[in-house]
Amino acid sequence: MKLILHHLGRLRGAVALALLIKLIGTAGELLLPTILEHIIDEVVPSRDLTMVLLWGGAMFATAFAVRTLNVIANHRAVDNAHRISFALRQSLFEKTVNLSGASFDGVGLPSLISRMTSDSYNVQSAVQQLQTLSVRAPIMLVGGIIVSALMDFQLSLILIVMLPILIAVVLTVSARGIPLYTKVQKRLDAVVRIMREAITGIRVVKALRKEDYESKRFREANAALTDQDVTAATVMAIPGPFMQLCLNSGLALVVIIGAGRVNSGEIKPGVILAFLTYFNMVAMGIFGLTRIFMTISRASASADRISAVLALPDGDPVLPEAGGLTPSGPGFIRFEHVSFSYNGVVIDNPEGGNEPRVPDRAAFAGEEREKALSDISFSLARGESLGIIGPTGCGKTTVISLLMRFYDADEGGIFVDGRDVRTYEKEALRRKFGTVFQNDIIFRDTIRGNISFGRDLDEEAVREAAASAQASEFISELPKGLDHEMDIRGANVSGGQKQRILVARALAASPEILVLDDSSSALDYRTDAAMRSAISRDYPEATVIMIAQRVSSIMGMTKILVMDNGRCIGYGSHKDLMQTCPFYRETCEIQMGDME
Amino acid sequence: MPGPGDRGRKKEKPRDAKGTLRRIIRYLYVYKWLVVIFLLLSFAANVGSLLGPRFAGAAIGVAEAGYRLGPGNVDMAAVKHYALLMLAAYALSSLLSFLVTVGMTRVGRRIAENMRRDVFDKLMRMPVGYFDRHQAGDIISRVSYDIDVVSTCLSADVVQILTCLVTVAGSFAMMCVISPPLVLCMLFTIPVSILFTRSMAKKTRPRYARRSAAYGAMNGFTEEMFTGQRTIQAYAHERAVSEDFRRINQEAAEAYREADGLGMTMGPTMGMISNFGLAAIGLGGSLLYMAGTVGLAQISSFVLYSRKFSGPINEISNISNEIFSALAAAERVFNLLDEQEEVKDTPGALRLMNCQGNVAANHVAFGYEPDRPVLKDLSLSALPGQTIAIVGPTGAGKTTIINLLMRFYDVNAGEIRVDSRDYRTYTMESLRRSYAMVLQDTWVFRGTIFDNIAYGHENADMASVVAAAKAARIHDYIMRLPQGYQTVITEDGGNISKGQKQLLTIARAMLYDTGMLILDEATSNVDTGTERQVQHAIRSLMTGRTSFVIAHRLSTVRNADRILVILNGDVVEQGTHEDLMAMRGVYYRLYASQYS
Repeated sequence: MKLILHHLGRLRGAVALALLIKLIGTAGELLLPTILEHIIDEVVPSRDLTMVLLWGGAMFATAFAVRTLNVIANHRAVDNAHRISFALRQSLFEKTVNLSGASFDGVGLPSLISRMTSDSYNVQSAVQQLQTLSVRAPIMLVGGIIVSALMDFQLSLILIVMLPILIAVVLTVSARGIPLYTKVQKRLDAVVRIMREAITGIRVVKALRKEDYESKRFREANAALTDQDVTAATVMAIPGPFMQLCLNSGLALVVIIGAGRVNSGEIKPGVILAFLTYFNMVAMGIFGLTRIFMTISRASASADRISAVLALPDGDPVLPEAGGLTPSGPGFIRFEHVSFSYNGVVIDNPEGGNEPRVPDRAAFAGEEREKALSDISFSLARGESLGIIGPTGCGKTTVISLLMRFYDADEGGIFVDGRDVRTYEKEALRRKFGTVFQNDIIFRDTIRGNISFGRDLDEEAVREAAASAQASEFISELPKGLDHEMDIRGANVSGGQKQRILVARALAASPEILVLDDSSSALDYRTDAAMRSAISRDYPEATVIMIAQRVSSIMGMTKILVMDNGRCIGYGSHKDLMQTCPFYRETCEIQMGDME
Repeated sequence: MPGPGDRGRKKEKPRDAKGTLRRIIRYLYVYKWLVVIFLLLSFAANVGSLLGPRFAGAAIGVAEAGYRLGPGNVDMAAVKHYALLMLAAYALSSLLSFLVTVGMTRVGRRIAENMRRDVFDKLMRMPVGYFDRHQAGDIISRVSYDIDVVSTCLSADVVQILTCLVTVAGSFAMMCVISPPLVLCMLFTIPVSILFTRSMAKKTRPRYARRSAAYGAMNGFTEEMFTGQRTIQAYAHERAVSEDFRRINQEAAEAYREADGLGMTMGPTMGMISNFGLAAIGLGGSLLYMAGTVGLAQISSFVLYSRKFSGPINEISNISNEIFSALAAAERVFNLLDEQEEVKDTPGALRLMNCQGNVAANHVAFGYEPDRPVLKDLSLSALPGQTIAIVGPTGAGKTTIINLLMRFYDVNAGEIRVDSRDYRTYTMESLRRSYAMVLQDTWVFRGTIFDNIAYGHENADMASVVAAAKAARIHDYIMRLPQGYQTVITEDGGNISKGQKQLLTIARAMLYDTGMLILDEATSNVDTGTERQVQHAIRSLMTGRTSFVIAHRLSTVRNADRILVILNGDVVEQGTHEDLMAMRGVYYRLYASQYS
């Protein structure tokens, strides 16, 4: 809610203007019946034709003015809402792309997407409705009460006694209804999840012809969603008719008590009639306010989900240069006794529940996952290379994540060019790198766009990178070459072609540090070998870190780090490791031993 | 980057409001009796609320009669009688309108459920290619957002329209009774309203459609970028992406402003028309009064009814905005439902029973895009139980062969025969049922490990799942998890590693008793130590099945009965390992390069 107010506050001039115009328009609207009454009660009996025409003309003019004002006010309201939702989505998007790995994991991708889409939409429509509805309802409510109190205080007491009861009931029902809607939202999440799973796994689903099973699974979640939705809607259907009932009972009371007061000569019967009119006005006011209240409560749940993301820190803080650790030895890239676990990452649950949300990674595997890395040390001089090898899930990728500061280490120091990575501005640190992640993503863009990736690179750099990544050949076979459009996630090229484009992206800016995480798993050995030798030939200055499953990919590296279960079980050159590390030797033999 | 917004626009088809409406009504038709009942109840509720004022008037009439006779002469018993009748009418109306709201909400939600189900079932019948071309986010937004808009419109607006019609008809009748000449005065408002609504509809509908499309494009972009968040950070590309988003965001905000801005002129304009009507009554009434044909009391009550008459017309124009956006949303849903489905089985298609595994491809040509052939002239044959290895450089079309074998795509030319018949003469289901497969892209869903392994095997018991897991060498890992086989894998399998996911999919295939097997880089994500163990299991998986194996590690395909070497979409060499080595051709060079 604060978020909505904050944004409304930023546009307070424009919002105030919209409200003011609406106020004048509404006043004009209320004026029309008064003019009509005046015509009938005062002008007509005088039988003055000119005056009749004059007042009639005034009515037409007022009606036209009211329309103009209301249109302007509505336009302003929509315009303000469009500004606010634009700003909100923009800041949410920028925040999300800048989130640290820990915060991103904590909220989760699907939830981030739905905050961006449906939540921001709810806020937008609330902002619009607040401006268009919030003038009329209070005027009718307050105006109705004041006028009726002035007319006959005793009768208006009925209204005054009834109002708090009404409001209490509406509030109670809503208080119960809103948590029900939170449940609806959860069920909807499940429906969306199943759908997403079925879409991403469509090949498996089709191959195992589980279409019917998936449909059944979807049906169950779908029915659960609908049941919950119906329950919530049933509860929320109570206030409207209930209020009508209350108000109309009030009307009956007014008639009875009013007639009694007529009987005792205190009021004229006309007062009862007028009262009925004002009662209706108050009722309309209350209906309007309830609608506003409902809109606000729905929007504020959404706004809270957005605020929760906006409140997350923008990545991890940058330390002053003096505040970092100092390396205890030389080396362009150094890891000194680094330990890290993903469990450290806990953020407040932005979903609205009470239990704090722990990233799944930590919650899942219990003790054995506690430490993703323990006591890892290595050091590389500029231009040297490091290969990392080890079983799946042993922490290879985590080394990269820490080096590039997607997470901060729990213990130990990580240094690039003699400086603690935490003292680098994020952008300055990452500009040093060219990276291919495991399962990295191709964006919907041309091949050229995917390689230069928003950096200001000249044609030659792109072509050279593509050539070193062994991508030139297949690119030149495409009708549009580098300008060939990639589908979503690069669906129109093969896995190996994707990886070569990704490597070209990493190379294109001639990075100081080249990070390749399992980036040649879909390449055949020959292309892999050609790529490696081209990289060391064309980019001799780059310090390379390569994660691989194949010994042949990394055996030529200056140093090799062998990992198991987050620990270092071997470190040195290929030759050293053949002597000192049994795991490495064995892996080597399995992979290459059967060569004749 | 190309704007997804442009893409959305290109897809815009001629809008067909009537057709869309007809299809929505078809959904309503399922609940026709409920709808009829609720509409009748709603009619009764409206009549109740129209009766209320009459009883109130009667009570006031009694009071007035007494008032004229002086204090103490009011017939209080009669007043109470009418007040109670009035209360009863209102209470009945409140109760009925509560029932109607609940009932229609239920109908609306059930229809939403049915639509979601239809969309999902449709997705399951869609060819794999559809999902290669469309973003999951865009598809999901139709289910989560568009259908919701339609359902809200159905549950709220249908009743509202009926309420309005009853009120309009009732008050029109009353006005005719009071003074037909006055009716003529305000009659002009009806055609004006209709014409105006029509011309507005023509203008607003495309804008609402564009708004929907712009939102869809924005959601798609968001999903893509959030998915690639880490890559974006690694290249310090946050700002550029935010700029791209700014443009798309702006486009969505503009589309909203244009649609809703125009939509919001509707209410005030309709208000003006009805106020003109009011002014006309004022003028006409005054003139008629001066001519002596109507009395003042008649004018007052005529005015009251004319407001009841025009109120709902304004309401309807507000609703019509919602209806237009609902129509646009429904159209998007129906467009999806109209997409080309996967090719149907030819009439008289056979069930492929007890597949022998005799497979032959004759002169197959295929390309994902017509102008870019991936396979030019592929022929291969496999006898029952044989292992066919497909090797070749990346991008040669190996995965495409799998897509064709499983009939995820249809060949452009040539034919594929299974057990000596063109495989298009088999039912799709039975054809795919004859394959077990382990693909490069591992896929798991949220569910227990047990469910993930048993997926595709409806009657698997614990013993067979455990046996499969043991054979896939993942049993020990599973047992170390806190809940063993009941451990829930979270969305996208984020909490288990790629390698473990692959082992799960191998275990899944183990459970499958089929004639043919596809292994597409089945062990690419498994480290070498595990792979050696898994190889053993895979070998037993291959026994007795015709197996198609794609592997980069040539050592894993040495024992194949036949090795096909694919280059640029053609089979350039085939034979056993020994044959091919002796040829000293492409295969020999590939093989040698792995161990250089």
